[in-house]
Amino acid sequence: MTMLVEARDLTLPGRLERSSLNLAAGELVCLIGPNGSGKTSLLHALAGIGSPGGEVRIGGDSAKGLYPDRRQRLLTFLPASRDIKWPLKAKDLIALGVAGRADPAINADLALDDLLERRVDRLSTGERSRVLIARALAPRPKLLLLDEPIANLDPLWQLKLMDYLKARADSDSQAVLLAMHDLEIARRYADRVIVMNEGRIVADGDPRQIFEGPEIPRVFGIEWVDESWEPAR
Amino acid sequence: MRASHTIALIALLAGLFAASLAIPWHPLTSLMDQDASLGTAILVELRLPRALLALTYGAMLGAAGAAIQGLFANPLASPDLTGTTSGAALGAVVTAYLFGFSAPLALSTGSVAGALGALLLLLLLAGPKAETATLLLSGLAISALAGALTTLALALAPSPFAFYDAYDWLMGSLVDRSFSQAAFAAAPAFLCILLLMRVRPALDSLTLGEEVAEAMGYDIIRTRLWIICLTALGVGACVAICGAIGFVGLVAPIFARRLTGGHPGRAILPAALIGGTLLLAADLAVRTAPLGRTLPIGVVTALLGAPFFLWLVAHMRWRLSR
Repeated sequence: MTMLVEARDLTLPGRLERSSLNLAAGELVCLIGPNGSGKTSLLHALAGIGSPGGEVRIGGDSAKGLYPDRRQRLLTFLPASRDIKWPLKAKDLIALGVAGRADPAINADLALDDLLERRVDRLSTGERSRVLIARALAPRPKLLLLDEPIANLDPLWQLKLMDYLKARADSDSQAVLLAMHDLEIARRYADRVIVMNEGRIVADGDPRQIFEGPEIPRVFGIEWVDESWEPAR
Repeated sequence: MRASHTIALIALLAGLFAASLAIPWHPLTSLMDQDASLGTAILVELRLPRALLALTYGAMLGAAGAAIQGLFANPLASPDLTGTTSGAALGAVVTAYLFGFSAPLALSTGSVAGALGALLLLLLLAGPKAETATLLLSGLAISALAGALTTLALALAPSPFAFYDAYDWLMGSLVDRSFSQAAFAAAPAFLCILLLMRVRPALDSLTLGEEVAEAMGYDIIRTRLWIICLTALGVGACVAICGAIGFVGLVAPIFARRLTGGHPGRAILPAALIGGTLLLAADLAVRTAPLGRTLPIGVVTALLGAPFFLWLVAHMRWRLSR
């Protein structure tokens, strides 16, 4: 299988040790790990935030030095913080960086039609999350990097969003990498799971193998007992 | 911004500029009747530099305010808050004691050096990757330090005349500036406004946060340095000629963003137009007010701007407490 995204020797001093990974087109990969394990740092390094070392090629192209308009067609990033202080309308925020070519279908799919004319700083955190996710999807990037996309969403929207991201990854041949804490959702939706600990990738593979293997108890200190996760004894 | 708004703003600006040259009308026409060359001299050597300075200084403050508010994601930020204005004022007062207030090149150099000195201190204190709050607090500390040093310089004035000159200049005035002095402010200011336009997309993307702006491919550290250096240069050059004029840099961008759907970057040009309009209008008001003597324009902008600032703070607090 040819890889859409090839990342070699990514480093961020003090946060991320030398890490390499590949992502295939249409693949939805969940990034899990305890707090401070380096999930956000790995997403940052892939997005080119904080002058990371190493190389990222997306469809054979490097994103380095590209103009924002072209770069956004290669990759977009959703940060974990949903805090937007500036009083912009939702539709203007979504259009940032796509030169006004925001996709009305995405807005409709994320049920944003009634929110578009409202100011983002006055939306609820969950509504603002959906607006920011639409912003990341709007340029139809080849690589979608999402930091905790389902945090702040209600249970129905968590499932709807994951279904949607999976369908979009398939239809647009996107690679989607998302950091999250919900192991159940990761197990249910991920094509592949990457486990991080102490700034390193410690496991990378099929969700079933990962969740049945020794890494989760070792890294998180929890174990699967009677249909739920419990603190390891 | 809609084309109709742009045209209306430019028309208003041009109208005020023309009015600034023509008002008061009667002394000018009677002079023209007696001696055309004297009338022309009044027009070209007194009124034109004054109108040009009002336009330039106002536009520079507006553009700088828009850029700084966008950079700090804070509608209460302005060149005063990064220490730029007070650093420039200190640099100019010290230079003036050495070379006098009538040496525009020395004064501009001293003022820009003061503004850049304040900026270097800011970078030293806060570091190049400073968070907004650190940067704002450092700017505030530098403003206080520069203000205290300026007062010290006033107290140690070499002569009562030097003290009076410096005090008068510190209040901000556009009166009796020569055409070459106006050019010393206008040339750097217009260059800086043009160059500030380059950061418009980066500023707009910063509304999404620094991480996203960086992921979009903008060099945030360079953008920040670029904005601080350009505002230091442009505002410093204007302060050197006219003294410190406050609040235009705060008020103009707030009005400008009403016209640009809130985008901070796209507000730079309209803020420059509105800043120029505000200062031209304030200067016209100062000149035509029937008070018997001309008020310093810096005092007028402060008298009008401070209540607006207070209203803004109260409004934001009210909104936050809802």
